Amino acid sequence: MELAKVEGTIVSTAKTNRLKGYKLLLINLVEPDLTPTKNFLVAVDSVGAGKDEIVIVVRGSSARQAAELSKVPTDASIVGIVDTIEHLGKTKYQKNG
Amino acid sequence: MKLAKVTGKIWATIKDKKLEGIKLYIIQPMDEKLNAIGNEVVALDTVGSLENDIVYWVGGGEATLAIKGRQVPSDVSIVGLVDRVDLRE
Repeated sequence: MELAKVEGTIVSTAKTNRLKGYKLLLINLVEPDLTPTKNFLVAVDSVGAGKDEIVIVVRGSSARQAAELSKVPTDASIVGIVDTIEHLGKTKYQKNG
Repeated sequence: MKLAKVTGKIWATIKDKKLEGIKLYIIQPMDEKLNAIGNEVVALDTVGSLENDIVYWVGGGEATLAIKGRQVPSDVSIVGLVDRVDLRE
């Protein structure tokens, strides 16, 4: 999995049937100290993530294993909202803190 | 599978229900001489890893099979702790 920051939402009316009802977010992969990479992805959100939150994204065929996404054509799924990141002995991120 | 060092830990209260009760760590992939290679990633733990442990992990679709009896939404799963690496020079 990778860490990412939610940068925006994707509005899409015409989408494949199996994606209907799912929220798509534009996310930017970040390093453990939250340095942004230039790697943006469109990801299916199954946990209710919102803008500026740090999330955990699963990629590839594993993305379909999220609880609600077994029949959804996705290769990037948000599976968690990060509360705290501890890295190299230091707290690098604390939600709302 | 590949080698890595555990460099950090992630806490997430809100997560996919298939990940409930599972620990997530940050790992730095490493080569055979334990030099860092590539970017750090978030890994699901199945073996009770601790920070600074050297581990081996499975990536891609196979990572979903790391926990017996169910499939988990993971593309990086720690599946073993390394006690020692013997390498002929």
